[in-house]
Amino acid sequence: MSFLGVARYALMRDIGAPALFRIMEGRKKRERQIPSYFGPPMDSLSELKRIMMRHYYLARYAEGVKPIAWVTSGAPVELLRVFDFYTIYPENHGALCGARRKGPELCEEAESRGYDQDLCSYARVDLGVAFSGKTPVGRLPKPDLLFASNNICQTVAYWYKVLAHHWKIPLIVFDTPYNFDEISERNIDYMIRQMKEMVPLLERVSGKKYDEGKFKDILLLAKEASLLWGEVLSTMRNKPAPMTIFEAFGHLAPIVSLRGLPVAIQYYQSLLKELKDRVDRGIGAIAQERKRLMWDNIAIWFKVKDFSHLFAQRGMNFVTATYTNAWAETTPYMDESHPLESMAKAYSLVILNNNLNHRLRLMERLIGEYEVDGLVVHSARSCKPYSVGQYDLKRLLLDRVSVPSVVIEADITDFRAYSEEQANTRLEAFFESLEARQ
Amino acid sequence: MKLFLGLDVGSMSTEAVLVNEEGVVLGQSMTLTGSRSVVAAETALLHCLAGAGVERESIVRCVATGYGRVSVPFADRRITEISCHGAGAFALFPNTRTVIDIGGQDSKVIRMDKSGKVIDFAMNDKCAAGTGRFLEVMADKLDVPLDKMGALALEARREVPISSVCTVFAESEVVSLLAQDHPKEEIVKGLHRSIVNRTWAMIRSVGIEDAVTMTGGVAKNQGVVKLLQDKLGRPIQVNEEPQMVGALGAALLAREA
Repeated sequence: MSFLGVARYALMRDIGAPALFRIMEGRKKRERQIPSYFGPPMDSLSELKRIMMRHYYLARYAEGVKPIAWVTSGAPVELLRVFDFYTIYPENHGALCGARRKGPELCEEAESRGYDQDLCSYARVDLGVAFSGKTPVGRLPKPDLLFASNNICQTVAYWYKVLAHHWKIPLIVFDTPYNFDEISERNIDYMIRQMKEMVPLLERVSGKKYDEGKFKDILLLAKEASLLWGEVLSTMRNKPAPMTIFEAFGHLAPIVSLRGLPVAIQYYQSLLKELKDRVDRGIGAIAQERKRLMWDNIAIWFKVKDFSHLFAQRGMNFVTATYTNAWAETTPYMDESHPLESMAKAYSLVILNNNLNHRLRLMERLIGEYEVDGLVVHSARSCKPYSVGQYDLKRLLLDRVSVPSVVIEADITDFRAYSEEQANTRLEAFFESLEARQ
Repeated sequence: MKLFLGLDVGSMSTEAVLVNEEGVVLGQSMTLTGSRSVVAAETALLHCLAGAGVERESIVRCVATGYGRVSVPFADRRITEISCHGAGAFALFPNTRTVIDIGGQDSKVIRMDKSGKVIDFAMNDKCAAGTGRFLEVMADKLDVPLDKMGALALEARREVPISSVCTVFAESEVVSLLAQDHPKEEIVKGLHRSIVNRTWAMIRSVGIEDAVTMTGGVAKNQGVVKLLQDKLGRPIQVNEEPQMVGALGAALLAREA
C-alpha cells in the first residue's frame, strides 16, 4: 500500500468525485419529454446514479489502497466488509453493460478465446472484460480476491475459477447445499465451518485482523438495508403502484453491491420516503394502472427501457418480481446474536437455491399480496437455474390461481439471443388474452 | 350488405376471408406473400372480392393478422395469430379446447376455455424447427413435391431417425442420408417424426384437453396429422382448408368492433 495511492484515493473521494458530479450536473440537460402514459418521474433516480457512478469511479483508485474483491450477487459479503474490501459485483457490472447494449461485444471477447455461446452471458461479459480490459465504466480494478457462492448457480464456481487462474489470485467458494426439502442442521454446520475457515485467508489478503464486534455491526447494517429494500418493494402493493418494476431493477443496485455499507441504508431511507409520499398523494408510476403484472427471472437488460414504454402505453404495470424480491426474501433470518448460523440460513434459503415448490408458494404469495393479474416469464438463455421449471410453474399458476402468463425467450445481456418479432407477437397475444378476461 | 374482412399475412402465404354479419363465409382467397406483404394483402383482397362478387365498399371492417399484420395499410385492427386461430378453430369446431397451428415459420399450441377464449398458449422458439418451412426445405432437397410428403411418409414401413432439429443442419443430415442410400420415404417419415416430437413438447408445456383441432398449412399434411394423433392417442379435427383458419378468425373478430 503506497502513501501516494492512499492520498490519491482520498483526494478523488473527497474532491475528485464531487467535482466530477458537479460538472456533469452542470451540463445542460436535454429536456426529455415524458410520454403522458407515465406518471411524474421519481427524484431518487439521480441520487442512485450518483451513488453507483461514485462506486465505479472510485474503484479504479482503490487498487493498491484497499483490498479488492470481485463478488457474486449471492455471496455473504458481510464477512468481507469486516476487512474493508472494496467490492466489485461482476453481475451488477454485467447488467450495466447489458443495459448499454455492450453485451454481444464483450461476449465475443470471451467467445474468441473459446468460451461457448451457451455459457451464461454475465460470465462471458465478465471474462470478456477481464481479458480485454474493455468496460463502459472506464476501468475495473484488478482484484486481490475472488468470492463466489453457488447459491445462485454452479456456473459461478467455474467462472470465478477462470478469473482466479487469469490473475493468479485466491478464490473462495461458499458452497450452499441445494434445498430439495427443508434445510438440515448438518448443512447449516457445514456452511458455518466454511465461513470460519475463510477468516485466515481474508486476514492474509487484507492484512487486517478479524473483529467479531465489527462483523455484528455490519450484519445489522446489511439487515437494515435489506429490510428497507423489502419496505420499498412493499409500497408497490398500493394501487396505483408508485413505481414500476423496471425502475426497481435499477434501484436494486445498492442492495446487491453496497450491502453492509451505510450508504445503502441512507439511499433506501430516502427512496422509501419518496415512495411513501407518492402513495399518500396517489401518484402512480404509470398514468392509468389498469392491469398489474409480475415479472419472473432476471431483467432483459437491453429491453428494460423499451418494455417500460410498451407496457405503460397499455396501462399495464409490473408491481412485483421474483427477482427484485430475492434481496428481501431471506432478510428475517439475519440475527446478530447467532451471526454465522443466521448467515447460513439467509444465504442458502434464497429462491435459486430452493426447490420448485418453494418457488410456487412464493409466487402464489406475491400474486396475492400485490393483486397480480398476469405474469410475464422471462426464459433467460443465460440463467438455467432460474429458467428451469418455468413452464410447470406457469401451468400450475394458471390452474391454481388462474393467473395467465406468457413466456418470452430472451437473455440478460446478449441480444443476439433475442428475436424482436417473435417476442412482440407473444406479448401482443398475452395482452389480448388479458384484455379478454375483464 | 355489411361485410367483414380477415387478412392473414403469413411468412409464406397470405389469405383473405370475407364474412357477412352472420359470420357466413362469402369469399376467400390465397396468394403467396413474396417479398412485399402490402402487395400480397391487396392481391388477396381483390381476388377475394372478385370470388364473392361484391364491392370493396361493402367492407365495414378489416382485421389483419400474421407476421405481416402491421403492413396492411387498410386494416382497422391488428390481432395476433393466436387469437385469430383460436377464434377460427372455435367457429369451425365449437368443442375445441386445444388448437395446434403449424404454419410457415412458426407453430403454436393454444388452450381455450368453453367460451372460446384463449387461456394459455406456447409458441416455437426463435427457430424454424418443427414448422412448415422445415418440411418445405426438406421436400426441396429430396425432390419430392411438398403436397406428396405426407403420403410418402405414411408409405414408409421403417423410418430413419433425424437427430438434428435445426433446419439448416437437418438439411445436411438429409444429404448424407441420401448419400448412404436410405430410401426417401424412410427419411421423409423421420422428418415428420421430428416435427411431431417438437410439437409434442409444446403441447405438453400448455397441457392438452379435448377436443383438439389442427390449423395452418401443415394440417393438410396427412403424415403429420396421423403421427400426431398416434402420439396424442386421440383424434385431431381438421377442416378442409386449414390454412384459411387464421383469416377466418380475423374476419369473425372483425365483426366485434
